[in-house]
Amino acid sequence: MNASVASLNIALVGNPNCGKTALFNRLTGGRQKVANYAGVTVERKEGKFVTPQGKSINVLDLPGTYSLTPSSPDEAITRDVCMGRIVEVEVPDIIVCVADATNLRLHLRFVLELQRLGRPMILALNLMDEAGRRGIKIDSQALSRELNMPVVETIAVQRQGAEALAQQLDLPAPKSDTIALHGDLHQRVREVMAIAVTMPEQRDSRADKLDRIVLHPVLGLVILSVVMFLMFQAVFSWAAPLQDGVSAGIGWLGSSISTLLPDGPLDSLVTNGLFAGLGTVMEFLPQILILFLFILMLEESGYLPRAAFLLDRFMFAAGLTGRSFIPMLSSFACAIPGIMATRSIQDPRDRLTTIMVAPLMTCSARLPVYTLLIGAFIPRTEVMQIFNLQGLVLFALYMAGILSALLVSYVIKKTRKDRSEHALLMELPRYRWPNPRDIAMGLWERTIIFMRRVTGIILSLTVILWFLSTYPAPPVDATLPAIDYSFAGRIGHFMEPLFAPIGFNWQICVALIPGLAAREVAVAALATVYAISGADDSAAQALSPLIAAQWSIPTALSLLVWYVYAPQCLSTLAVIKRETNSWKQVFISAGYLFALAYFASFATYQLAKIFL
Amino acid sequence: MRIITIWPITYMLLSELALGQTASVVSVEDAYPADTIAQRLRDLGFVSGELLKIRAVGPLGAEPMLINIATSQFALRRNEAARVRVAPVSSL
Repeated sequence: MNASVASLNIALVGNPNCGKTALFNRLTGGRQKVANYAGVTVERKEGKFVTPQGKSINVLDLPGTYSLTPSSPDEAITRDVCMGRIVEVEVPDIIVCVADATNLRLHLRFVLELQRLGRPMILALNLMDEAGRRGIKIDSQALSRELNMPVVETIAVQRQGAEALAQQLDLPAPKSDTIALHGDLHQRVREVMAIAVTMPEQRDSRADKLDRIVLHPVLGLVILSVVMFLMFQAVFSWAAPLQDGVSAGIGWLGSSISTLLPDGPLDSLVTNGLFAGLGTVMEFLPQILILFLFILMLEESGYLPRAAFLLDRFMFAAGLTGRSFIPMLSSFACAIPGIMATRSIQDPRDRLTTIMVAPLMTCSARLPVYTLLIGAFIPRTEVMQIFNLQGLVLFALYMAGILSALLVSYVIKKTRKDRSEHALLMELPRYRWPNPRDIAMGLWERTIIFMRRVTGIILSLTVILWFLSTYPAPPVDATLPAIDYSFAGRIGHFMEPLFAPIGFNWQICVALIPGLAAREVAVAALATVYAISGADDSAAQALSPLIAAQWSIPTALSLLVWYVYAPQCLSTLAVIKRETNSWKQVFISAGYLFALAYFASFATYQLAKIFL
Repeated sequence: MRIITIWPITYMLLSELALGQTASVVSVEDAYPADTIAQRLRDLGFVSGELLKIRAVGPLGAEPMLINIATSQFALRRNEAARVRVAPVSSL
């Protein structure tokens, strides 16, 4: 018999929390690629490896599911691939069903359900080390006999942990089971368990003790607050030196290239367009990485579903779910990782609502704008002897974002046509130590997604904005700042009547246009409009007294409120496009946020004019 | 707490069990035709004769409930848990 040259396609299938992704990482190492299935935002993870005898294997890591009766788009994909209903994916030659050896009572039912599809199968008993530690004895030969399929033992977190699976794949493909499989699956699971598995008398009491503390109504919330506090501390303080490093590095690179180029449009495009745009995106990368690191560790350790458990009732009241918590929290640093984290929300409606309201959380890019305006307009007076008015205003801006998000999600819930029940139905996996290797691979994967999808769109749009703010060039006898003669300047002037009711002068309108790229760009843009040159920090310092003299307080308040709502961030819109796969959703999000911004600013300006 | 007796078994709803109580599953009832949540509960092992225990409840309105069944733990909101009929077991 000739050794087949063609490679073998296998699919990894299994319950959530069976360690399938860790096994996938173990098998394929770095040779993975992540894409989406056509038309849906379900992650398609593929990888390759070579068996000890040189057979090359393509591995598809299918989304985890409990059953072939799907309850989310991810689970529908798993079913469809297993049944060979998806055109873009080759029908897997072998289905490798991964089961958690410590939780076979649950996982074996799905193995039996899959077997009914009549496809060649291998059962990988994962987490065998953990099962041994807990005193669970599994006779894998008896299991193999009972199930009529090859059974291999794997330990995904160990170096040689997937060896048995790789060796099994060198053997001829198992025959699909032709025995008629009828009857009650749960009954069959009990029979198989009785023959092949010996459970310890005592269940693991350490995990129960830990849960009594972690899920305690009071202590649990205290622990959650501490974890969140640490996460924020890390995002804002550890990232700062890295961010300075990144922006210095990019600035240096930009100016080095700039000196090589002759003065003129090309130089301006490279320095003010490309590198300025790249800088604004890259500067947030350290924050985003630290945030992802925390989320991954919380996810891997099993804490994340427990946080969702504690907060579900609160979030549900506002039309969200406990699972929305981490995406919303992440959005305080930046809406991009927040929106990317919504993938852990199973119900598509809950996920969409979370994506819609995540941009209302006050992200760190709003801070430069808030700092400038509060510093210039809000006196540093004491309120009730303990509070500082400036701090109170900042707090009010944060609260305005949070309350608006809750209100918007509540309205979405009330106006939605599909009133069918939103399920929580969430498994709380066992606790475990995060595996550094899996964390590193997860971090790398998310970074690549961020860089590839976001930088592409950001760069092209910042170049367009650069063009609008640079051309046409001012006449030789120009008296006003150059930007005033550009397309952006003209658009700003054109917009002025529209923005007059909310108190914006033409300078603000002009600055809003480059400020579309990212919120903090507005500070630099205002500096440009007021013809102040200098580095970012000194520009803001020079700008402060100038606007304090020229703007009225209602105008300043109105602009502050504008920034609570306005989606002045192309990266956010780009990531909404990626995560919903729909331009319509992008327009709805941007539209409602601009509308809210306008009305809120209008109310603020008009009321402030009356009362101040 | 309501206890409904239909000969020969006495059952309660899972949503009515108190923290720490143990019970055995009687059945999972569809709340409406083609109830996917009920189907999922059955797939997860909420089947007749299986023992379960309420391990924890959420901080607000004692919701959701954390249910320990076989070797798994699931968080259910009360209206999800109301689909499961159980027979309380005197303390184990």
